[in-house]
Amino acid sequence: MHELPITEQLIKLAEKHCRDNDGTKVIKINLVCGDYSGFVPESIHMYFDIISEGTMCEGAEIDIRRVKPKLKCPSCGELFERELFSFACPKCGTDGEPTDIGKEFYIESIEIE
Amino acid sequence: MHDVKKIDVMEGILDENDSIAARVKETLGEKGILVVNEMGAPGVGKTTTLKNIFSRLKNVKPYVIEGDIEADFDTKDLQASGVQTLQINTYGSCHLDAPMIEHTVGKMEFDEKGILFIENIGNLVCPAEFTIGEHVMMLVSTVTEGSDKPYKYPLAFEKADVIILNKVDLMPYLDFDEEFYMKGVRQLNPDVPVFKVSGRTGEGFDEVTAWFEKRAEEL
Ligand SMILES: Nc1nc2c(ncn2[C@@H]2O[C@H](COP(=O)(O)OP(=O)(O)OP(=O)(O)O)[C@@H](O)[C@H]2O)c(=O)[nH]1
Ligand SMILES: [Mg+2]
Ligand SMILES: [Zn+2]
Repeated sequence: MHELPITEQLIKLAEKHCRDNDGTKVIKINLVCGDYSGFVPESIHMYFDIISEGTMCEGAEIDIRRVKPKLKCPSCGELFERELFSFACPKCGTDGEPTDIGKEFYIESIEIE
Repeated sequence: MHDVKKIDVMEGILDENDSIAARVKETLGEKGILVVNEMGAPGVGKTTTLKNIFSRLKNVKPYVIEGDIEADFDTKDLQASGVQTLQINTYGSCHLDAPMIEHTVGKMEFDEKGILFIENIGNLVCPAEFTIGEHVMMLVSTVTEGSDKPYKYPLAFEKADVIILNKVDLMPYLDFDEEFYMKGVRQLNPDVPVFKVSGRTGEGFDEVTAWFEKRAEEL
């Protein structure tokens, strides 16, 4: 649902960095999006095509790199993806703790001309 | 052909929201206002929880912002009880964000120290992703939703600073597995206080209210 304002913000940011670097057109946006960021790539693509019209981002390609959430084991330090209904570390069985891995949502870089 | 240049950006899409949220938190904090972001699925008892807290608050003045997609029943209700309450209607948006709160806070009068409770849109997912300037994230969950919610909606449980487990008066009619629920909560959020309450009978709300009064004093 909230991908519309998010996509507007995405376009605004990309345009700003394009302008700051004397570009006139954004060719590609490299976005990093964790699975726990809550943002749905399909919806971002859909809104992007509609609302980028007439902006510097019109026609740009969006490359979305997904990041799987990871837990950190407090005993052995292992970073791991959790199984459904379990938090147990695959190495030692201790319950892992949440980390920021998988919550990212940022523009890594843009390609402009 | 034009040259294609690659520019490093490394800027979060929510950075702007987060910096406005930080401003709201600081400005209100300086005025002695504790900001509480109340979230939970539709109908879990967010408004009922506020009413129960307000009827018990002794030394702290409550203020409210009510977020709803449409309608203002809850606001009218709270206003009738004498609490300064402002309505935000998002008309479709599934969460409140920091710019909306900054705008609304600008229209309120904080003549006394107190607690600003912001009832977020009924939704267990989206509000957890947007900070709005809160000092305290309060999650309202219920025994009627089932005990697997921490596993299915981990972000909300992870981010909570206090969890209300509401509708315990209905326990006898349900198969709520409290041990399984608490196991999920503890794994995501080891130290978060969890209060078992009933908005119907008022059970447990003396403790909840005392927790908020203490938190407001410590601000
Ligand atoms: N049995 C029982 N019913 C409750 C309890 N708390 C709230 N309710 C009922 O649950 C319904 C929803 O309560 P609200 O307080 O309006 O819930 P809400 O979370 O504010 O709802 P929205 O703002 O619409 O998302 C109402 O009919 C309440 O009377 C409780 O502890 N026990
Ligand atoms: Mg309500
Ligand atoms: Zn381990």
